[in-house]
This record gives sequence, C-alpha cells and structure tokens, in this order.
Amino acid sequence: MSVTEEILAKESHKQARLSQLRRLVHPSTDEVFEVLSTVIACVVIAILVLMAAVLIRGSIPALSNFGVGFVTGFDWNTIIGQETYGVLPYILGTLVTSGIGIAIGIPVSLGIAIFLAEMAPNSIRAPLSQVIELLAAVPSVVYGFWALFVLRFWIISYVETPLSSSLGSVPLFHGSPLGLDIMMGGIILAIMIIPTISAVSKEVMMAVPSSQREAAYSIGATRWEVVRMGVLSYSRSGIFGAAILGLGRAVGETMAITMVIGNAIGPSAIPTSLFKTGQTMASLLANEFNEAEAGSLHLSALVGVALVLFVFALLINVFAQLMVWKVLKVKAGAVD
Amino acid sequence: MTISIQLAQVKPEKTEPIESKIEMGKYKVQTDKLNAWFGKNHVLKDISIGFLENDVTAIIGPSGCGKSTLIRCLNRMHELVPSARTQGIVLLDDSNIYARGVDPVSVRRRVGMVFQKPNPFPTMSVYDNVAAGLKLNGVRDHTVLDKAVQRSLEQAFLWDEVKADLDKSGSSLSGGQQQRLCIARALAVEPEIILMDEPCSALDPIATAKIEELIASLKEQYTVGIVTHNMQQAARVSDFTAFLYLGQLIEYGETTELFENPGEELTERYLTGKFG
Amino acid sequence: MRRFRDRLAYALGIFCVIIAIVPLASILIEVVRNGISSINLQFLTSTPQSGGGIAQAIQGTLLLIGLTCIIGVPLGLVAGIYLAEFGDNKFGKTIRFLNDVLTEFPSIVVGILVAFLLVVATRSFSPVAGAFALSIIMLPIITRTTEESIKLVPTSIRDAAMALGIRRWRATISIVLSTARAGVVTGILLSIARISGETAPLLLTILGTDFFFSGWNQPIDALPLRIFRDASLPSAVARQQAWGAALVLILIVLSLNLGVRFATRGRPSVTRSRI
Repeated sequence: MSVTEEILAKESHKQARLSQLRRLVHPSTDEVFEVLSTVIACVVIAILVLMAAVLIRGSIPALSNFGVGFVTGFDWNTIIGQETYGVLPYILGTLVTSGIGIAIGIPVSLGIAIFLAEMAPNSIRAPLSQVIELLAAVPSVVYGFWALFVLRFWIISYVETPLSSSLGSVPLFHGSPLGLDIMMGGIILAIMIIPTISAVSKEVMMAVPSSQREAAYSIGATRWEVVRMGVLSYSRSGIFGAAILGLGRAVGETMAITMVIGNAIGPSAIPTSLFKTGQTMASLLANEFNEAEAGSLHLSALVGVALVLFVFALLINVFAQLMVWKVLKVKAGAVD
Repeated sequence: MTISIQLAQVKPEKTEPIESKIEMGKYKVQTDKLNAWFGKNHVLKDISIGFLENDVTAIIGPSGCGKSTLIRCLNRMHELVPSARTQGIVLLDDSNIYARGVDPVSVRRRVGMVFQKPNPFPTMSVYDNVAAGLKLNGVRDHTVLDKAVQRSLEQAFLWDEVKADLDKSGSSLSGGQQQRLCIARALAVEPEIILMDEPCSALDPIATAKIEELIASLKEQYTVGIVTHNMQQAARVSDFTAFLYLGQLIEYGETTELFENPGEELTERYLTGKFG
Repeated sequence: MRRFRDRLAYALGIFCVIIAIVPLASILIEVVRNGISSINLQFLTSTPQSGGGIAQAIQGTLLLIGLTCIIGVPLGLVAGIYLAEFGDNKFGKTIRFLNDVLTEFPSIVVGILVAFLLVVATRSFSPVAGAFALSIIMLPIITRTTEESIKLVPTSIRDAAMALGIRRWRATISIVLSTARAGVVTGILLSIARISGETAPLLLTILGTDFFFSGWNQPIDALPLRIFRDASLPSAVARQQAWGAALVLILIVLSLNLGVRFATRGRPSVTRSRI
C-alpha cells in the first residue's frame, strides 16, 4: 500500500467508530434542526388525520343508528322520541347550489382569464388582475350581508320575478321569488368562486409556451383563433383543475350561503325548484351546531354531516390539486 | 520519510499511473489524488497540487475544466450540492480535511472564499455584513466586533470609502466596492487561506486593478488561491500557476517559468490562445 | 367574419370582467355608503349596551389575531423552512401537497374539529378555541409563502453564508430567512387579512357576545361574527350596526391586502393564487 492509502485506511477505521458513537450521543445541531422542522411540518398531516378521526368518532352513534339511511334518507327530525336524521336533502342542496355556482362561474371566469392572459394590453393586465384578485379578499360574511340587503333585490327584480311570471309553471321555477332561495345561493357562490377559477386558469394559460401561439399567428390566425387553437387546447386539463378548485371552494363555503339560502329542514330542503328555500351541508352546520346538546344523537348526526362534507371536500380538493399540479409541473419542466 | 512529488505529466488522451505522493511540511494546502463528481460527471481527475504558504497560486484553464470545483473542494463547499461527491485527500497543515469525523464547518472557518459575483447580504449594512461571520460564531462584544470590522475593511482597501457610514446597506455600494466588502467579510473571521473564484470577472478594469493590488497585499498574511480565466491576470498577481484541462492537472509551476517556458504542449497552446 | 368573431370574443371578455367587477364595486360602495354614518368614536369604543357600538367585536378580533399569530406563525415559519430546505424528497412533496389541500378546506369543518375537542368537552366557548381554529386556517398559508420566499433567495447568498464557516441551520435562520423577510412578512399579513374575515369557525368556538373579554373560558365577539348576528336580527338598529361593522372589517382587510400589494410591487410574488 502506498503512504497515501495507509494514511487513509488508518484514519478511516478509527474515525468511523468515533464519529458513529459521537453522533449518537451528541447529534449535530444541524441534525436536530432537521428533525425538529420535519416534526413540525408533519402538523399538517396531523390536522387532517385528527379531523378524520374526530369526525368519524363523533358520528358513530348516528351512523350506527341509521346506517346507510343516514346518507339516503331525507327526514330531519330533532324531537326526542321521533328522531330521524337523513343527510340527502343537504347533499343535494350543496350539489345544486355549487352546480349553479360553477355553471355561471366557469364561463365568466374563463372569459376573464382569456381576456387577461391573451387579449388585454400589457398596461392594464396587471392592475386588472389585482382588482379581480381583490374579490377573493372580501370576507364571506360581507358577501352574505351584501347579498341579503343589496343583491337580493336586484335578483328579485331583474331575474326571479321575470322568470317566475313567464316560466312559473315549469317545476324548476315554482314558488314565489323572494330571493332567499337556491338560486340566490348559486349566484352568490358563482361570484365568490370567480377569482379562484379565473386566477388559476389565467396562470395555466400564461404557462403555455409562446411557441404554440407563434405557430398559430404565423399561419395568419386572428387573436381569438390563436387562443382557441394554440392556448385553450393545451390548457384544457389545467382549466379543468381550476374549475374543480372552484367547485371545492363552493362546496365548503358557509357564511354567505347560510345567509341567503333560507334554512329549510328535512324533505322541504330538497332542491326541486330554484325559488325554494334550501340548505347545504355547510349551512346546516352553521345553523344547528350550537343548538345541539352535547352527547346527543342530534349532535352526532351533525358531526355525521360534517364527515360527509369532509369527504366531499377532501376528494374534490385532492383531485383538483392533482390536476393543477400536473399541468404546472409540465410547465416548469418545459421551461427548464 | 520524504518522498518527492512527481507532477502529472499527461496528455488528456491517455493517462499514465500517477506516482504522486505527499510532501509533509512543505505546503499550506495540499491535495493528493483528489477526484470530484457531479452525479455521474467526473469533473476532477486525480488532482495532486499544493499551495505554498503566503504565496498566491493561480488556477487557469478553459471553461469547464474544473477550476471552480477544485477550490470548492478545498473548503468542502463542493459537497453542499446534492449530487456532488469527492474522493481523495486534502491536507490543510498536514491534516486531512476529508478525514472521517472532521467538521466541515471548522474547515470553512479556516479557508475563506470569495465568489465570482459579489454577494453581500442584501438586507444588512456594511458593518453587519463584515461582522456576520463573527456574530454568528458567538462574538457579542461590540469593541471586539468594531475592531475586527475596521481591520477587515482596511485589509480589503475599503475602509476609507465606507468609514463615514457603516450603516448603509451593503447593496448600495458599487460593484467593485461590493466585492471588496465580500473580501472584508471573509477576512473578518481570520481564515488562514483565501480562495477567490474569478473575483474580478464581473468588474470593470479599474475595480479589477484595485482588487489585484489588494491580493498582493493579502499574501503577506494569508495564503491565496485564485481561479481566473484571464491569463494576464494570473501572470500579474500570482507566484505559482496551475493549468487545468478537462479535469486534469496538466502543468504546475512558478508563474514566470510556466508562462515563459511552458513544459507541456497543451499549456503552450492555451497560453498562446489557440483554444480556451 | 373571422374578424367579427375576434371582436366578439374581445367584447365578451370585457363583459366577463365587468360582471366580476360590478359586485366588487357594489360591495365597496354599499358598505361605505351605508356604514359611514355609523362610524364615530362612540361606535368604535362602546358596546351595544353602553352606547350602541361594536368595541367588543373590535377587541375580540384583535385578541384573536394576536393569539392566532402566536400559535400559527412559528409553526408556519418552521414548516415553510422545512419544505424549502429539506423538502425536495417524496415526503416533502406529500407535505406540500397536503398543505395545499388544507389551504382551501371548508372552514366550518375546521370549526367543528376544534369545537368538538375544546368546546363541547369543556362546555364553554373560549378565545383560545377560536384562535386554534383560526391558526389551522392560517398555518398552510404561512407555510407556503415562507417556503416560496426562502426559495427566492439566490444560492450565492447561501453559499456566502456557508463559506464563512457557520452551521447550516444558523445560515438558514440568520441569513437566508432574514433575506427573505419581505416575502415572509407579506405572507403573514395576507394570512391575517384572511383570518380576520373568517366567521364559520368562530361561530362554533367563541359564540359571540355583547360584552368585552371577560375570561379565558367565556365567549368573545369578533367583527365578522357581529355582522352575521346583526344581519339576522329584524331591527333596523342592528342592521345599521352591521353595516358599520362591515365597513370596519372591510377597511382592515382591504388595507392589509392593498398595503401588501403596494409594498411589494415590482417584486416577485410569493402568493400564487390558490396554488
């Protein structure tokens, strides 16, 4: 062995043993830091797990009592002795109002995103985007309050009354247009999710490499045709993800919807007409949770509702994030 | 047992087995069969080189030859990159800095580094920049810090220009001043060696001249290693020069000797601008 | 024909933008118009009983912001540092993903979690429960913005710090974090704006009241909660109070938001919307 190799071998053996021992007794501060920060980063996992655990445990009494009927039943009776709890009306309420929300919200958001990403002159793009983002900053309760005392009257005058008088015989438009109904719920949700869907869609569109646009321009396409051919087809899955994110936001929205939906209970909460009062899972929780007695079946049923909402929100949000992540990762890959 | 160093005398195409051995007691920093990788990329191949104490050693060579990687191995900065790997011995005062159990942080305290693009800490004042290394190593006494800051700034030829306002932001200085600030920052922790990675490449000629003047004065107290792609600079400031090509050490010797009478054909071709 | 379609598309785009801006403008105008008459010193410093004001709600909101920051900011900072420094592996990606999922989670479910654990069990509402609920909402926001801010710090700064011979954690905290502080502070301020407006979790954890803070096991009030309660009361006085409270809340939220946007104009944004 050469001198070099001898030195290396001797050092190696002795130091390896020493440093192994030393690291066990005195971990370096860097290692402590890494472990500590890893533990704290896991808090987010703990929160989600805790949520699931608490909700499942709390809803067991109700679930075991009613079984599948909990999810498929539509009676909601809190009187002791006649208690029956079924979540279906509220699930439907959530789906219908969110459905209206994205039905209105997606086209408008797409229009905004296309305009801002592709058509607006550079000078107004940034300030206009900031203004739209400001919509997201308004607290939900302020939206609800404004909807209750301002928007409602517009909608009654310009939307509901005309619809009711002309199409009132259609089951969808049965009932008196008083503004505290499924339609209002859908409309306010639409307004609230516009900043979410448009911001994400805009980002997805701006991530489309300019080569796509240039290719379209070079064959003489108009601005709109460039968008249609070069940008939209490329960003389809990202926009889809944005829409799902918006759906997730709509499903979880509580305060604004509680204030305009009318607080219906049980079978009368089934959304058969746009002008009926309704109830979503979130609004039910906001309306009834504080009234329920600790340890009661009612409380357990409410926790069950929360569990269903949790599952909905989790599935929708995870799915949405996956779609958006995928698209943006491709962008990052393409740019790098 | 003294063994003499046999320098690598190879052309890049074929490698003969290197008979390099270590000479104890002669060099401040010495490497022996130093190899370095970025992932699968073998960027340094069996480098055996030494820096003499209180001398300036320049490392020259075309882009991508491994010059920066070499000096980053000398203060164990290379290993901070995720896929990086080293193998071999680096002796600092005759003890191997890559031995198991050696704390890289203590190595970096003894071997200071200045980077290509001046990088003062942007949110700190001139004073805080220079004092950063000391403060973060636990020095709290303000008189000690004040003295160290002044000494370092003087050694970096920057004191007169900033002494009136040490609290102004580090990034408000000009490019050349920022680089001297970075040098002062490195000097403040009293290293034994200063490594500079193309310190003047982002600066104008006047600022460059100032720094070259500075290097000449630094070598009285420190050992200096400087990576440069500017051959004339190497000729101006250094006592010894090493020429690297494609990760191998082609030639190493006294600067005047190497420039006037390069021993290797490759060296001569590089010096006369035939490639690079 | 094609040009017509192009022009139509442009017009529709503008139309959509207007559809979005009209509600925003209306909200701002109405809140100011209706609420301004309520705003006077008495309104801001007295309770409903003593002078028809909302001082207890303002106090409650401030108290909650303070408590929530104490819990949420350190946790968020460390989690963000973890993701930026050590999070390039599969585990880190999972954490990042779950963090994003939590960001948009229904706040009422968060409220139920905390209420079930802290309120129902102890049979009392409390500011601390409210703060815990709000910090669950704040945590993912701060984690994300901290991570993004740290990642914006150039490698050369980190290199310079390490080359001085200091420990890695020290380099991260003292130098990298300090360099990133503008972005970190931005994230904190924006998350404060967000939680100031949250109502659902508070409904279940602090209940709301007409009186000032009276003990750690007692309900407190908060601005958004006050608006909610007043909105459901039939009296015109209550409604006027609600407009005033809405104005105060909007002022707080918008000034935080606009202040942050103004202060960071021209700098890379660390708050990618919704992602």
